[in-house]
Amino acid sequence: MSARMFMQNLFNGLTLGGLYALIAIGYTMVYGILRLINFAHGDVFMIGTYLAFYGVTLMLLPWWLAIVVAIIGSAAIGFLIDRVAYKPLRESPRISALITAIGVSFFLESFAVVVFGGIPKSFLKIIPNFLKKIVTIGELRIQVLTFFALAIIAGLLVLLLWIVYRTKIGMAMRAISTDIPTTALMGVNTDTVIGFTFALGSALAGASGIIWAMRYPQIFPYMGFMPGLKAFIAAVFGGIGSIQGAMLGGFILGMAEIMIVGFLPQLAGYRDVFAFIILILILSFKPTGIMGKKLTVKV
Amino acid sequence: MSELKKEDFLLFLDHVTMQFGGLVAVDDFHNGVKPGELLGLIGPNGAGKTTVFNVITGIYTPTKGRVYFAGMDITGLRPHIITHLGIARTFQNIRLFHNMTVLENVLVSQHHALTNSDADRILKKHGMPVKRTGRFWFWKAILKSPGYINLEKHMVKEAEELLEKVGLLDVKNEKASALPYGMQRKLEIARALATEPKLILLDEPAAGMNPQETEELMEFIVRIRDEFKVTVLLIEHDMKVVMGICERIIVLDYGKIISEGTAAEVSSDPKVIEAYLGEWENVS
Amino acid sequence: MPMEKRLSTKTKIYLTIGLIIVGALLLWGSNYWLESYGQRILKLIAVYGVLAVSYTFVNGITGMFSLGHAGFVAVGAYVSALLTMSPMEKEMSFILEPLIWPLNSIQTDFLTATIAGGIAAAIFAFAIGYPSLRLTGDYLAIVTLGFSEIIRLIALNAQNITNGALGLKGLTEYTNIWWAWGWLLITVVVIASLTYSSYGRALKAIRDDDIAAEAMGINVFKHRLLAFVVSGFFAGIGGSLYAHLLTTIDPRPTTIGVFLTFYLLIMIVLGGLGSITGALIGAALFAILSEWLRIFESNITIGSITIKGIPGMRMVIFSTLFVVTMLVWRRGIMGMEEITWDKLYNWLLRFRKKGQTAEPEPKRGDVDE
Repeated sequence: MSARMFMQNLFNGLTLGGLYALIAIGYTMVYGILRLINFAHGDVFMIGTYLAFYGVTLMLLPWWLAIVVAIIGSAAIGFLIDRVAYKPLRESPRISALITAIGVSFFLESFAVVVFGGIPKSFLKIIPNFLKKIVTIGELRIQVLTFFALAIIAGLLVLLLWIVYRTKIGMAMRAISTDIPTTALMGVNTDTVIGFTFALGSALAGASGIIWAMRYPQIFPYMGFMPGLKAFIAAVFGGIGSIQGAMLGGFILGMAEIMIVGFLPQLAGYRDVFAFIILILILSFKPTGIMGKKLTVKV
Repeated sequence: MSELKKEDFLLFLDHVTMQFGGLVAVDDFHNGVKPGELLGLIGPNGAGKTTVFNVITGIYTPTKGRVYFAGMDITGLRPHIITHLGIARTFQNIRLFHNMTVLENVLVSQHHALTNSDADRILKKHGMPVKRTGRFWFWKAILKSPGYINLEKHMVKEAEELLEKVGLLDVKNEKASALPYGMQRKLEIARALATEPKLILLDEPAAGMNPQETEELMEFIVRIRDEFKVTVLLIEHDMKVVMGICERIIVLDYGKIISEGTAAEVSSDPKVIEAYLGEWENVS
Repeated sequence: MPMEKRLSTKTKIYLTIGLIIVGALLLWGSNYWLESYGQRILKLIAVYGVLAVSYTFVNGITGMFSLGHAGFVAVGAYVSALLTMSPMEKEMSFILEPLIWPLNSIQTDFLTATIAGGIAAAIFAFAIGYPSLRLTGDYLAIVTLGFSEIIRLIALNAQNITNGALGLKGLTEYTNIWWAWGWLLITVVVIASLTYSSYGRALKAIRDDDIAAEAMGINVFKHRLLAFVVSGFFAGIGGSLYAHLLTTIDPRPTTIGVFLTFYLLIMIVLGGLGSITGALIGAALFAILSEWLRIFESNITIGSITIKGIPGMRMVIFSTLFVVTMLVWRRGIMGMEEITWDKLYNWLLRFRKKGQTAEPEPKRGDVDE
């Protein structure tokens, strides 16, 4: 692989990793609090892209406004999913909530098939023209979109860290992930905080979906399944419950995926397999991930 | 303390230390349970009593030291093997199979005799009798061979006899979760007995019981010891239980043995009084 | 609670044999009474039954949460399909890359192919279960889901074995009423026999509390693996039946991927997690409902008005039903109970007693449970 190819892959890997990181944060925050794999998270990613798509094509919004509206819409859907499907099951066995989450995911996908149609739609017309331009740096040829995506990803990650570590609601989120009942005793409305966590995670997933669709401009009802699964793996890899871990895990996974395919193109058909192999390895040898804390069962 | 010889003990913990990161939960435990005795292990909250149980039953592998049982070194063996070798236990927070009936709960404890070839190998190595012979039970169970049907009948008969002895036969078809608290405690002990142990470990059996229930439980423990010829190691927070029935008591504080002896000896030991302070008043 | 009466074992055996004979007669009769469409549903019920019962053995009875069942179905389907196709058919299907030796030259009968499919799936179950069954709960769910996706991706990419995205088409429709219901009978008998044995009790104990089960001398890992392999075997059998019912098998997620696992999950949750009869009821309901609900997806003409059908509506209805079940009626139709001869007998007795003595209204208290 030439140096030029390598640099090209580096940029691609960074972007893909950033997109995984954005989704993974939602998984890790919810898991940290509720010990629940929010299976529907990948579908919020999908719905975010459709909201942006229809924002431009149906409601004739300018592209940037459509994106903002779609991100707010994703947050609302995340919040709603928690209220309708997960909140009634807070006191039930964890596995019931997981089964329900699978049901919700399946519902959102089949709902999308009915409402949006099962045939893939092109996202190309949503992308403003200036993003499609290509910049040449030495031998490198990179789309403006890549820089745009990286800038947005970085901005969102910083914003998230600010919310979690510098605001009151962020403090409440961190408290609640240690101990729900005690936090409730301190006078925190835990349901509000959990709802906010879902909204925040879903907003990031929606944003990730939209950038994803700009880079791979085909949207379809099942597009959230694989990125969602891989982002969850990234969250486990980074240490579930840890936000920085999810970010790191996302970047490593994205980079690894692009690089492996870059170096060994004959394995391209199996690119989705790598993530699962990583998951199985990490769970067998270091289930707490690279930055996670140990969650023990008391005997 | 005079020199202890592991041959005198049924279960012996030879300088056992259990460390979690920087925390030493059990510190150089060097003592054991003699055959046939009813030994109490007491100590303030967080003294490391349950950790001792978890080391004995194989949930944890000790950081240092060895665990010997009936002449075998059982350090680091998996819990199901240790059970098969003859140590059964109950749990502080009751852990019954709540969706199963009382009878089924007891029957489960007989299952290990069918499948535990690893444990049987250890028993054979030490020249000890293997519990139940026969092979291919899995296939026989699917095909319901006459041998399996007989075995099943035999298991049910044994389980019912055991339930009768502990006074739970009337409720054998009830779901375990439907039993009142006191009966659940009893069932947990019965379930442990059904594994045919030589040694039974009871982890705070009187927790959450009223004085009258506690009284009954004390009689019950003494009775099963005599009737089932088992050695009993009892963890208890309620001093009255331990003082009332235990022949020998080991006091643990911050993971260390601070005193050992009869109820009278232990209760007059200044070190024990110091460790317990406030809680001591409940006893006298 | 009134004393439950129990039937003797002998009576139960006679009743069971009677039921099988009556069932066989009805199935034989269906050749005359039912159109091929009705027969197709009948076969589908049996195939779904095999898959759902084997799935609930892991998820309901052993209490592991696997999302990888479709992977084993896929293995069974591909292996058996490759064995029943004739060398000529194979040569014609594999147009992009020829099938590797020796698969390209062997052909067996349907029974051998099905058993081979079951064994291959059992081997996969062992290979997957061994590294992953030390995990529990949601981690196990995600890892098994991962493995089933890997199997699907292999099916998609291993051109010279699976024919890649084209899949295997034009299989002979070997799965007739007798094969489908015969294998269902075997599946139910074996799984039920195992569930109601000492092994089954151990598995249920693991479901209720694995730490306590280990403390009672049960090798939890070994038993989990055992259940997983048995379940995998019957999933493979079901996969063979499924492939030779559809007459085609391909690596789309809806055919052998995660959607199939979802469908099976719907069946066993509706029927009641932990119940074999529940899984059968769930399978039958799913097979019938999914045919019946097609009316929402096709155009309906009433007089001069045509209502346009909405493709995909069935799955919206199923997933809604599924989520609502989880929220308000988690035990499902059967919960963890089974329909047994004893229960039917007692139910009948109560029913008759009520009729004969004409009791005005039983007191709330003694209507048991």
